[in-house]
Amino acid sequence: MSRRDILGVVALLAGACVLPFVVSEYRTFQFTLVLVYAIALLGLNILTGYNGQISLGHGAFYAIGAYCAAILMDKYGVPYWATIPVAGAVCLVAGFLFGLPALRLEGLYLALATFALGVSLPQLLKYHHLEAWTGGVQGITITKPDAPAFITELGLALDQDQWLYFFTLAVAVVMFVLARNLLRGRIGRAMVAIRDNHIAAEAMGVDNAMVKSLTFGISAMYTGVAGALSAIAIQFVAPDSFNIFLSITFLVGIVIGGLASISGALYGALFIQFIPNVADEISKAAPWAIFGLFLIGFVYVMPAGVAGAIRMAMARLQRKRQNP
Amino acid sequence: MLRVQNVGVRFGGIVALDDVSFEVPSGSIVGLIGPNGAGKTTLFNCLSRLYECGSGDILFDGESLLRIPRHRVAAVGIGRTFQNLALFRSMTVLDNIMVGRHCRTGTGFFMNFLRPPAVAHEEQATAEKARALISLMQLDAVAGMRVSDLPFGTQKRVELARALASEPKLLLLDEPASGLNHEEVGALGLLIRDIRVRLKLTVLLVEHHMSLVMSISDRVVALNFGRKIAEGTPAEVQQHPELIQAYLGGAA
Ligand SMILES: Nc1ncnc2c1ncn2[C@@H]1O[C@H](COP(=O)(O)OP(=O)(O)OP(=O)(O)O)[C@@H](O)[C@H]1O
Ligand SMILES: [Mg+2]
Repeated sequence: MSRRDILGVVALLAGACVLPFVVSEYRTFQFTLVLVYAIALLGLNILTGYNGQISLGHGAFYAIGAYCAAILMDKYGVPYWATIPVAGAVCLVAGFLFGLPALRLEGLYLALATFALGVSLPQLLKYHHLEAWTGGVQGITITKPDAPAFITELGLALDQDQWLYFFTLAVAVVMFVLARNLLRGRIGRAMVAIRDNHIAAEAMGVDNAMVKSLTFGISAMYTGVAGALSAIAIQFVAPDSFNIFLSITFLVGIVIGGLASISGALYGALFIQFIPNVADEISKAAPWAIFGLFLIGFVYVMPAGVAGAIRMAMARLQRKRQNP
Repeated sequence: MLRVQNVGVRFGGIVALDDVSFEVPSGSIVGLIGPNGAGKTTLFNCLSRLYECGSGDILFDGESLLRIPRHRVAAVGIGRTFQNLALFRSMTVLDNIMVGRHCRTGTGFFMNFLRPPAVAHEEQATAEKARALISLMQLDAVAGMRVSDLPFGTQKRVELARALASEPKLLLLDEPASGLNHEEVGALGLLIRDIRVRLKLTVLLVEHHMSLVMSISDRVVALNFGRKIAEGTPAEVQQHPELIQAYLGGAA
């Protein structure tokens, strides 16, 4: 990491810590969702951007994570924070198991298989034999957690939304640091090698099957953790919140943010959280048409995503400084 | 070191390799020649387990290669380059070569997530080894560049460096001189001889560039239509009537 990068991250974190004290309660809640989406997008980007496996069904893992949290809290009285690692572990296993048969599929065929997962899971959640846990179409309502006692003892007065924001921020920071570790090391290189040339990767000793299915698991784990956090933030899960549109939105997020880029997850999250609102304000009659225009505009102006555009701008700036 | 025994490969009706046998003694450079479509690349692909042999066996240090999976071939000590470059195009030169060390490093997903000092240490050692190869191949100036932005000749050197990164005992080179100019071919010949001594390599070399093969090989094996038609020292093979026939016939 260069000094400039470190400064950038520190400034970003400082800004993120100040944010809930200067914006409204509702905006704080929205930014909590941005962090949640950023984790989910990071997960999808690890799979699709870095490893080259496309998924049109990541909404399913988001849903599994969300239901894990909701069921554990509602039925078993597990504290909200303890549901996060469980949701991550369940999705890790689910993703790995899905990734094994998916090894045989590539490109559009993998897209179809993951699409099938994405469309079928919401219906499965409504299945009446599972109703005792899932609450069927009604879903599950959960209560919002208060800030823990130690926060007040420290002399900080955080309301529920602010606390949840900071809790999500902490989880996001951990998840981003771990992802960065993974992606810049031996395994991260192997993932990209498989994407670029799977035959050469195997000839270099990469166990493609193992790396690909574990990457699927890791990716699902990230998205599942995000799902659990979203359930806690929204205080509600229902099958129809996890329709196929959510999966497509995730894919939009990583492309707009920047494929194979860690920071891209954050830009993509800002886009999928706020652009629909902006579109809605511009035109109540046809918000999705406006959203579509935004989408085309972004892709046209920044073909390598926001992260790619920023990287190019930085490089140009540096060149100018070196030979003005 | 390497013993190819009665290997046969068919693709539908095409017989790509037909009962081919030869040996590559430890420490030697063996040239593998033959007209287009003779089956040279097919043989390489059998050695790296990309293709299944229909018949025969391949022994490496006395053990059958046919029993190990593809991703273990590098670890047993066989490195290779590809006829039509198979680099990781979006990655830098340094990263490409570092992937070459994948089979000589061992940390997994979990450890890479946490990246304790041991992992950081391994990374550092990997980068150092890769940098040594970058110097050896005179790639210092382009180490941080994406390989897809480099000229063909440079990419070939990157691929060779990547193959060497796995510390192979046996190096398989599939037409390393193709696309190089006359001077570069001369330099390549010197380089191959140099690394053979310095890195204690055994080399199996597929090449159409006859002057290169004949000048650096200890032995030459000639294939045509999947069959071995000649084998011996460069001088012997050059005199072989069937080989002359194959090349003249192929050209006519
Ligand atoms: N995957 C494949 N499927 C079908 N046929 C193949 C395949 N690979 C090779 N062949 C056929 O096997 C024969 C030998 O091909 P190979 O590539 O081994 O020749 P080569 O000696 O390397 O030729 P060149 O000098 O042109 O590289 C050819 O007839 C080729 O068409
Ligand atoms: Mg060939």
